[in-house]
Amino acid sequence: MNKNSNIYQILYAAVMVLIVGTVLAFIYMALKPKQDDNVANDKRKQILSAVHMTPASDDVIEETFNKYIIAGYLLNKDGSVADSAQNVAFEIDMKNNIKLKERDLPLFKCKLDDGSIKYIVPVYGAGLWGPIWGYVAVNDNGTDIYGAYFSHEGETPGLGAEIANPNFQEQFKGKNIYPDGEFKSISVMKAGQKPTDGSEYVNAISGGTITSRGVQAMLSECMMPYDAFFKKLQSETNLICGTDLECETK
Amino acid sequence: MLSKRNKEAFFNPLSKDNPVLVQILGICSTLAVTAKLEPAIVMGISVIAVMAISNVVISLLRNTIPTSIRIIVQLVVVAALVIIVQQVLRAYAYDVSLQLSVFIGLIITNCILMGRLEAFALSNKPWPAFLDGIGNGLGYMIILVIVAFFRELLGSGTLLGFQVIPQWCYDHGYMNNGLMILPPMALITVGCIIWVHRSRNKELQEK
Repeated sequence: MNKNSNIYQILYAAVMVLIVGTVLAFIYMALKPKQDDNVANDKRKQILSAVHMTPASDDVIEETFNKYIIAGYLLNKDGSVADSAQNVAFEIDMKNNIKLKERDLPLFKCKLDDGSIKYIVPVYGAGLWGPIWGYVAVNDNGTDIYGAYFSHEGETPGLGAEIANPNFQEQFKGKNIYPDGEFKSISVMKAGQKPTDGSEYVNAISGGTITSRGVQAMLSECMMPYDAFFKKLQSETNLICGTDLECETK
Repeated sequence: MLSKRNKEAFFNPLSKDNPVLVQILGICSTLAVTAKLEPAIVMGISVIAVMAISNVVISLLRNTIPTSIRIIVQLVVVAALVIIVQQVLRAYAYDVSLQLSVFIGLIITNCILMGRLEAFALSNKPWPAFLDGIGNGLGYMIILVIVAFFRELLGSGTLLGFQVIPQWCYDHGYMNNGLMILPPMALITVGCIIWVHRSRNKELQEK
């Protein structure tokens, strides 16, 4: 058969693509469940990081998560619970959610070993090269940050990527987001500078100015919509009651 | 099994005909994934796997491939293998796959691969082609590991994530060199390796 005839070439290419396509589709289907597990477990690990917790091993991530993260909610703008079905907050993809005009407000409720309650807010924003995201845990008094976790897709290693460094994240612990009764997001400032609006601040990463600014903007934009909820936490009664959840009063 | 020619196919790319040092191929990924040792090793293994298998596949098909679409055939084979590697990593080494991100996908454009397919696999039997693939992959990986070793050691003070530079060095004013983490230093490190390599192999020196 003439190898250089058009028919041979077209047939050759068609058969090859068909075979390759079948093989790839099969492999994709076979590995998909495992990959989805990995993605979900990675998210669980990140959420737990916000409350300074690391699962003992990769096998117990889900167990640890279910033990400490006792509930997930979607909130309304006024701070009331819109949906408290299981997994409803966990399944929110911030990447798409953040683009919505009326975005959902997912919230995780965490109960630590000492019985204290923390609320975890997912945040999502833009760094220098790509998206950055994280989880911020707030104490149940609605004013102090208990912990923060940040990660990124492709910030410069050693510079912007340092936002994923625990030393940077550690700084957020204990910062007050209501320094004078009004919501003021944490500022990320160069050493020696202070924010002009009276908000509390942490030190930026030297050499990672744009990423640091990204963190500041992300915190401000993503936490602002929870203002009503935080205010509710600050008032006398804790108003987060689901249909099947105990109401807690302070 | 290991005739003189086969031995050459396997051992030459390790030093005398090293794809990175002598042919200066695959520099892009050498710069990108060598900030830490672990991704460099995984990248090396991935390239070895893709290179060996694609070499064998192309070698098996060599008598059927129409010459005018041979590059397309090579690309399809390499692309399929790369996607498989990417999917397997996502399923079984998720953390590493996050670190390597786009660079696994970019194996497709790694010049070493297409170069070996064109130059060797298309005109040789599967077994020598397999050896050639493994040899070139190893040659690439060795350089990646050497570069990553120095960059991680000097840039982060760690190796494979473990702290190797003791704390008292930092207490006495030693500092990690942040420049080592940036891609330009990878180029300079590769340059230094080439320098050492050429000075030991006089026949490679250009007149």
